Amino acid sequence: MRYGMAIDTKKCVGCSDCVVACQTENNIPHGYARDWISETVSGTYPELTLEIRSERCNHCDNTPCVRTCPTGASHVIEGGIVKVTHEECIGCGACVESCPYDARYFHPDGYVDKCTFCDHRVKNGQDPACVSVCPTYCMYFGDLDDPNSEVSKKIATRKTKVLAPEAGTKPQIFYLI
Amino acid sequence: MNEELIISGRMNPYIDPHLEVWEWQIPLYLFLGGLAAGLLFFAAYFVMTGKEKKYPTTVKYGPIVAFIAISVGLIALLLDLKHPLYFWQLYTTIRIDSPMSWGAWVLLIITFVALIWIFSYLKEAFPKYNCKIGFISKLMGIFIEETGDSWEWKYPWLKTFEKYAQNNRYAWAWVMAVLSVILGVYTGILLSAFNARPLWNTAILGPLFLTSGFSTGAAMLMIMSKSHEERLSYSRIDLFLIVIELFFITHLFMGFLASSQVKVEAAHYFMGGEFTVTFWVNVIILGLVLPAILEAMELLKYKIPVIIPGLLILWGGVMFRFIMVEAGQIIRYLY
Ligand code: SF4
Ligand code: SF4
Repeated sequence: MRYGMAIDTKKCVGCSDCVVACQTENNIPHGYARDWISETVSGTYPELTLEIRSERCNHCDNTPCVRTCPTGASHVIEGGIVKVTHEECIGCGACVESCPYDARYFHPDGYVDKCTFCDHRVKNGQDPACVSVCPTYCMYFGDLDDPNSEVSKKIATRKTKVLAPEAGTKPQIFYLI
Repeated sequence: MNEELIISGRMNPYIDPHLEVWEWQIPLYLFLGGLAAGLLFFAAYFVMTGKEKKYPTTVKYGPIVAFIAISVGLIALLLDLKHPLYFWQLYTTIRIDSPMSWGAWVLLIITFVALIWIFSYLKEAFPKYNCKIGFISKLMGIFIEETGDSWEWKYPWLKTFEKYAQNNRYAWAWVMAVLSVILGVYTGILLSAFNARPLWNTAILGPLFLTSGFSTGAAMLMIMSKSHEERLSYSRIDLFLIVIELFFITHLFMGFLASSQVKVEAAHYFMGGEFTVTFWVNVIILGLVLPAILEAMELLKYKIPVIIPGLLILWGGVMFRFIMVEAGQIIRYLY
């Protein structure tokens, strides 16, 4: 069992529905976000290409954030989901510094918070909130170990990339390009 | 050309527009840690080599300053925590993978070793009982009593412990020397362990911070010492350490320039970019080159008040850590 995502950059229109869905589902305090949209423009005018991505914690296979945590608050659960136990977190910031994607932030209550792949929904067989609301159906969530899951098939048939592979974290969110 | 923009309006405090998770507390903690490492190492080293007579300030008073530095450093670390009341969870596990974790342990252990050291030298450091600071003198009054023009411990177990500490100084010197090197390297490893921050992620940071910490320690002792001979030898030691430091810094940037794109860009922040002036003026010129020249002149028998190169080195040490921590958080992977 290895949870992961595939996100189709050709379909994403950058509407931010996933961001709002996450904020509502997970009670994120006002002004904070666990996921976000970024736009990359590359090339030289007039040969410009635009890519829009919905980003969040990549639930990496090689987790620097878990390694540098001094208390063990950051940990990996079944299915490779990276989580933080709020009661064990002292708020030292080591994990925030460890993440090349800046996917972690300080909750105003003093602990570090981040995307959980909505493990409370996944347990019941539902998709994460962001995936379930996307109006263009550009996100796919599922078991990467199962070659017949929709997400595995997408990754197998489309050209993919991961973000900042040179940082060596082995991200498990694949962007279809 | 690659421009990137976060358009969903993510504005997580401390994270956006760029990381600022570590503000002044961590660089201060790193500086004080390095300073303490230097002070304790020299004290231990001169006892190990049997030269404690020649270096009275180093051996008797250095560790006291180190103890104060570590205490203030730990307070800074505590202030960095966003959940400070939970800090004790640092000491419920040891995680070797996490420098934050084993560093906190090393700091705790070295504090105790320094205390034992201070204890064994207390009578020599303060032969007379005439403390002017009210609360300290009250506090000490619980443990000691005046005897003529010196003083003695009130309780026999303190006397036994003092005997033990004094008889085993040589062994404790070894323990303290090893721990102080670990502490000095740790102040660099704390940063270099972060793969995600191109500026920090280089193995040279450990030895570089160690050298820099030792040279701030030597500078402090140079300022504190009243013996001309002791001061002169710290001038020499500092000169030597500065040369090594310059060598490491050159290596650091050459390494970046020969590495991947993000690291080349990291180096450019210091060579024409945002941090060029702050870094070159404060760290290289004021903190290293100028004191090196002054110390060389002193060794050539010119009269230089030691306080000037000493303070310059300390200033360079502080600035070095502040700049490295700040710049390291700004320089990131772009994807
Ligand atoms: S994206 Fe960041 S927080 Fe998430 S697992 Fe990877 S390194 Fe850790
Ligand atoms: S901030 Fe919390 S979760 Fe992150 S490394 Fe520190 S203790 Fe662990």
